[in-house]
Amino acid sequence: MYRSHVLVCGGTGCTSSNSQKIIDTMNAELKAKGLENEVQVIRTGCFGLCALGPIMIVYPEGCFYSEVKVEDVPEIVEEHLLKGRMVTRLLYKETVTPEKIKGLNDTNFYKKQKRVALSNCGVINPEDINEYIAYDGYQALAKCLTQLTPEQVIQIVKDSGLRGRGGGGFPTGLKWSFTAANKADQKYVVCNADEGDPGAFMDRSVLEGDPHCIIEAMAICGYATGATEGYIYVRAEYPIAVARLQIAINQAREMGLLGKNIFGSGFDFDLFVKLGAGAFVCGEETALMTSIEGNRGEPRPRPPYPAVKGLFAKPTTENNVETFANIPAIIRNGADWFASMGTEKSKGTKVFALGGKITNTGLVEVPMGTTLRDVIYEIGGGIPNGKAFKAAQTGGPSGGCIPAHLMDTPIDYDNLTAIGCMMGSGGLIVMDEDNCMVDIAKFFLDFTVDESCGKCTPCRVGTRRLLEILDKITSGKGTLEDIDKLEELCYYIKENSLCGLGQTAPNPVLSTLKFFRDEYIAHVVDKKCPAGVCKDLLSFSIEADKCKGCTLCAKKCPVGAISGAVKEAHTIDTSKCIKCGVCMDSCKFKAIIKK
Amino acid sequence: MLKKISTIPFKDTPEQAAKLDAVIAECTGDNSKLMHVMQVAQEIYGYLPFEIQAKIADGMNVPLEKVYGVATFYAQFALSPKGEYAISVCLGTACYVKAAQEIFDELSAQLGIGADECTADGKFSLTACRCIGACGLAPVLTVNDDVYGKITAKDVKGILDKYMN
Repeated sequence: MYRSHVLVCGGTGCTSSNSQKIIDTMNAELKAKGLENEVQVIRTGCFGLCALGPIMIVYPEGCFYSEVKVEDVPEIVEEHLLKGRMVTRLLYKETVTPEKIKGLNDTNFYKKQKRVALSNCGVINPEDINEYIAYDGYQALAKCLTQLTPEQVIQIVKDSGLRGRGGGGFPTGLKWSFTAANKADQKYVVCNADEGDPGAFMDRSVLEGDPHCIIEAMAICGYATGATEGYIYVRAEYPIAVARLQIAINQAREMGLLGKNIFGSGFDFDLFVKLGAGAFVCGEETALMTSIEGNRGEPRPRPPYPAVKGLFAKPTTENNVETFANIPAIIRNGADWFASMGTEKSKGTKVFALGGKITNTGLVEVPMGTTLRDVIYEIGGGIPNGKAFKAAQTGGPSGGCIPAHLMDTPIDYDNLTAIGCMMGSGGLIVMDEDNCMVDIAKFFLDFTVDESCGKCTPCRVGTRRLLEILDKITSGKGTLEDIDKLEELCYYIKENSLCGLGQTAPNPVLSTLKFFRDEYIAHVVDKKCPAGVCKDLLSFSIEADKCKGCTLCAKKCPVGAISGAVKEAHTIDTSKCIKCGVCMDSCKFKAIIKK
Repeated sequence: MLKKISTIPFKDTPEQAAKLDAVIAECTGDNSKLMHVMQVAQEIYGYLPFEIQAKIADGMNVPLEKVYGVATFYAQFALSPKGEYAISVCLGTACYVKAAQEIFDELSAQLGIGADECTADGKFSLTACRCIGACGLAPVLTVNDDVYGKITAKDVKGILDKYMN
């Protein structure tokens, strides 16, 4: 029996900032003090508050240490674990009140969250199946196999109102029923863990923090749809997730929770991990299946749908990681419990990866219908450095942006679609006044041009033309006619592309055009970039009354574009200036302006 | 995506060849394992030179054109060798809005190489990648397995210096 448990985050964010070394050092320190049988150190999955990593929680006190460094470990062991005095300077500031230490769930970041898919992340050791079982793990599978018929399982999932969390929002129970209805000698379950949206990392965190729940859910799906084999297609860029999945699968096999005759029910199910190799289009379900088969991951025309002819031409059910992560809890707690959360047509919770210009970058899970304002200001802690919020981008390269005046929109599938945005997989990137929306649209098009598989012309050629027009606009050579052309081409690509990638690739352009048309106009008519991002449209100048003539900028300028006598105001020769901004950084008197 | 193809002569050791032979022997006959074989080959050699693609095609009994097609389709497969220190700058959205492009440009200027290139001494190579999922630490770059988060263009020199000698 241990008297204390130290939970250290082992998600990718905290591992990147050395949490493994913190664990090793702590184990060594504990041993040196003879405490190794009294205090247990556990490496968990992601806590969510990545901005303050590496994160450590000590139980039973529940005290939350943030931004812990390896050098802090001896002090924590000596003061807290040996003498019982918390190391106040390392406590997450918000938890410290004059009277007492607040629990984590009372902090702004966690208070409004509701954790279903992430319920075990940051709580259990993902590499130990016993911890998962202790948190009701594999109970749902046992219930399905011993008490429910496949039809009943599908009915529960249908009644829960769960919709695909990968972005499309298709009702999960309905999808399962399509595969179940088809007769075949072999059917498959596929888990889409090819999380390609830049800025989205919720699937990775679930796989790293709670891999067994995906295994359990896939086995349940197999039982419900009549499949006996499953594949998890996961990005090779997620080494920690891959390793933990493999460990989890091996443990489940050893315990007979995968393999032949699970729970003596006569149901067989086994799982395999397939590594992706870095192609965004493989997140599209038919492309993903083509890739598992060992080919270039090009999408296939639908119909036939995967439920009829999917992986290896057999009926296949494919769901996203987060969708699966909800299944065990739905089976355990019932459809009504799940359907009691969320809005009329979007039930349950959604995980968002908060990134960009926001104080609390990290992972949050909120009930559907929470407003963007709550997510950004209450949970996310607002915009750093006193800057103004400009827009939030959701849905990655397939999505759009939500401007400030729509911040009170309750977030669910239908509301976001109505404003020309999409839920997407849940990446939520916050942008402030310093981000240029035309540049952001160009950034996403640059991405889709790179990632278009080239199979169909509207996407292959169309996205490239879009990028060229955006390039023209951001370099100051655009005309008003270009903006019209841009819009027209967007609709053409949307209507004519083969798969989801092409059909949604113009969204970032359309959505920025809709809400930030004035910025496009500023680029083509005034030849200005209001946010000061597009280099070709910037010019640097020196305000004569502020310049002290210290000559520092002239010395720093790499192209000799600045001239002026000592103690006299300097000037910049704009024909020579390469707009590198070194002068502005070096000026101590803030005399150099960029506009 | 256009890939740079290496012109550096290919060399391998008997140990490397034996390792690859073993994987091919294990997987031949199952075309769905082609990518797995290529991933292992890249782990062994660091990249997939033409000679290795040809060997895999022969061993797996698939057309070379198919191996080449897969190699050029996926971003993970490299057709030219990486440097001793492979630097990868994340240009995913969260990093991009926090000025990751400036970091990439600074590295490019300091090393004198562009994207997917290697310095003449074989020491550093530079790539831009799309999101390693450490968005909480944006902007992020990696040097082999070391991760550097919350950096600015000004930190670039200090990071490179660590690997210089």
